[in-house]
Amino acid sequence: MSSIIFRTSAHIVTVLMLVFSVYLLLRGHNNPGGGFIAGLIAVIAFALLMLAETTDYVRQRLVYSPAAFAGSGILIALLAGLLPLFFGQPFLSGLWWGKIGSPLLFDIGIYLAVIGSVLMVLLNVEEELS
Amino acid sequence: MMQWLLVMPIFIPLLTATACAFSFRKQSLSSVISWTGAIANLLVAILLIQTVISNGLQVTAFGDWKAPFGIVFVADLLSSSMVLITAIIGIAIVLYSTADLRSKPFYAIYHSLIHALLAGVMGSFLTGDIFNLYVFFEVMLITSFGLMVLGANKAQIDAAVKYVVLNLISTMVFLLAIGLLYGATGTLNMADLHAKVAELPDTTMMLISGLFLFGFAIKASAFPVFSWLPASYHHLPSAIVALYAALLTKVGVYALIRVFTIVFDLVDSGYQPLLIVIAGLTMLTGVLGAASQFNIKRILSFHIISQIGYMLMGLAIYTPLAITGAIFYIIHHIIVKANLFLIGGFLKRKQGSDNLRELGGAYSAMPWLALLFLIPAFSLAGFPPLSGFWGKFLVIKASLQTEEYLLAATALFVGLMTIYSMTKIWAEAFWKPLPENAPAPVTLSWKENCLYITPIAALAVITILIGFMVEPIYQLAETSAMNLLNPQPYINAVLGGDSISHTAPLSANGIAGGSH
Repeated sequence: MSSIIFRTSAHIVTVLMLVFSVYLLLRGHNNPGGGFIAGLIAVIAFALLMLAETTDYVRQRLVYSPAAFAGSGILIALLAGLLPLFFGQPFLSGLWWGKIGSPLLFDIGIYLAVIGSVLMVLLNVEEELS
Repeated sequence: MMQWLLVMPIFIPLLTATACAFSFRKQSLSSVISWTGAIANLLVAILLIQTVISNGLQVTAFGDWKAPFGIVFVADLLSSSMVLITAIIGIAIVLYSTADLRSKPFYAIYHSLIHALLAGVMGSFLTGDIFNLYVFFEVMLITSFGLMVLGANKAQIDAAVKYVVLNLISTMVFLLAIGLLYGATGTLNMADLHAKVAELPDTTMMLISGLFLFGFAIKASAFPVFSWLPASYHHLPSAIVALYAALLTKVGVYALIRVFTIVFDLVDSGYQPLLIVIAGLTMLTGVLGAASQFNIKRILSFHIISQIGYMLMGLAIYTPLAITGAIFYIIHHIIVKANLFLIGGFLKRKQGSDNLRELGGAYSAMPWLALLFLIPAFSLAGFPPLSGFWGKFLVIKASLQTEEYLLAATALFVGLMTIYSMTKIWAEAFWKPLPENAPAPVTLSWKENCLYITPIAALAVITILIGFMVEPIYQLAETSAMNLLNPQPYINAVLGGDSISHTAPLSANGIAGGSH
C-alpha cells in the first residue's frame, strides 16, 4: 500500500468513520444502529489505518491493548445488565433518565467488546502474515 | 430476590472469566479470583436449590419482557440440581487445574475460559427459551474450542478440528430445527411450545423433532454420531478433559430430556422405538470400544459413551420411574466421571504417561489413591451401595416393568463389561509392578499434592454420600421426572404473568393433581 493518495486519504476516512460509528452507537437504542454494527464500523476504520500504516501504528493509537478493550466492554455490558437489579427490576431491564438509559451503557459495552475482539484477531493475523 | 438468584449462576462465572483474563500476567492473583468465583457460584447454587425446594419453581423474565415474548430463566428442581452439580464440578476443576495447568503459558486464560464454559453450561440448564438454549450451546462450543487449542500441538489441533466440525453440524441442525419450529408455531418459549406443538400436523412434528433428536444426539455422543468424542478427548490436558467429560455430553442429554418431555412428547413424536435402539447400541459400542483401548483417557472417554446409553435408555422408556432413573444417573455420572479423569490425570502427572503399559506400582506407592480410585470405578460399574448401582437399578427396573427385556439384558451385560475395563485399569496401573524401563515417579510438593487430592477425595466422598443417602436424591429425581411428564405447573408458572415467584408443590401428589 505505497500509494500516497490512499495513505493520505485513509487518515481522513478513518476519522470520519469513527465519528459515524459513534453516531450509530448513540442512536442505536431506538433507531437502526447500535453497539454491534457501530463497533464493526470502528474496526473497519482501524483496519484501513492498519493497511495504510503498520500494525504498530494502530496499536500505538489505541493506547490500550485490544484485549483490554474487549474485557472492559464485557464488564460494562454485564454492569448495565446488573444495574436494574438494584432497582428491583429483572436483569437487563431498561432504566431511563430522560433520553439516556442503561441500554446505552449496554451498547457502549458491546461497542468496546466488538472493537477489542475483532481488532485482536485482525492485528494478530496481519502480524503473522507479514 | 429471585431476579438476583436466577441470573447469578451465569453472571458470576462471566465476571470471573473477565477478571481472570485481566489478571493475565499475575498467576497467583488469577488463581485467587478463579477460586473466589467458583466458591461464590457454589453458594449461589445452594441458595437457588434451597429456594426452589422450599418455594417451588422460580421464573424471571429478562428486561421485564413477559413470556412468551421475552427470554425467561426458569429454575425448577431439575435445573437447580444440575446447576448445583455444575458448581461442585466447577470448584473441583478449578482447584485441580491450579496444580495441573500451573506450568502452561496461558494459565490465566485457561481459568478464564473454564469459567466462561461454566457460564454456558449453567445458562443451558436455566433457560426456558429454546433459542436461548442454542445461544448457550454456542457459548459452550466457542469456549471449549478455545480450551482445546490454547498452546496446542499438532495432534491437539487435529483433535480440535474434528471436535469443532461435528459439533458445528450439531448446532447448525439444532438452529435449523429452531427455525422450522418457529415458522410452524410462532413461539420459542418452551412452556408456550408445549400446547402449540400438540396442534401441529404429524409430519411437521416428526420432521422437526427428528432434527432436534439428531442435533442433540451428536452433542450427547449417542450411537452413530459419537466419533468426535474419542477422537478428541484424550489429547486434552487432564483438568480440561475432566471438565468436558463431566459436563458437555450431559448438557446434550439434559436438552434431549427437556425437549422430549416439555416441548415434544416422545411417544407422540414417534421416535421412541428408534431411541430405544440408539440407547442400547450406544451402551454396547461404548463399552466394546473401551475394552480394546490401553490408554486411561481413551478407556474413560469410551465409557462416557456407554454411560450416555443408560441415560438415553431412561428417556427412551419414558415412564416416570425411567426418567427418574435417567436424572439420577446424570447426577451420579457427572461426579463419578469427573473423578475418574482427575485420578487418571494425577497418575499421568506422577508417571508422565497414561498408557497402561507404561504404568504400574501405584498401589504400593500410593495405597490411598488406589482406594480413592476404587470408589468411583466401582460406582461406575454399579456395585452396591455406591451411587452407580442405584442409577442402573432404576433404569433396569423400569425397562423390566415395560417388558423391554433385550434392553435390560444389554444394560446388565454392559455393566459387566464396565467392570472388566475398570479392573484392567486397576490391574495395570495399580497392581502390577512398575515396568523396568519406566521413569521414576515425579515427586510433587506437599501443596501440589493437596491441590490434586482434595478434589479427588471430595468427589469420592460425594459419590459415597449419594450411595448411602439415596432417598432424598431419589425423591428429588422423582419429583423432577413428575414435573417433566406433567408440565402443567411449569407452564402455568412461566406463562402465568408476574415475574416474581410462583409456587409449585414439591410432593408428587400435588403435581399429579395439578393443584397450582
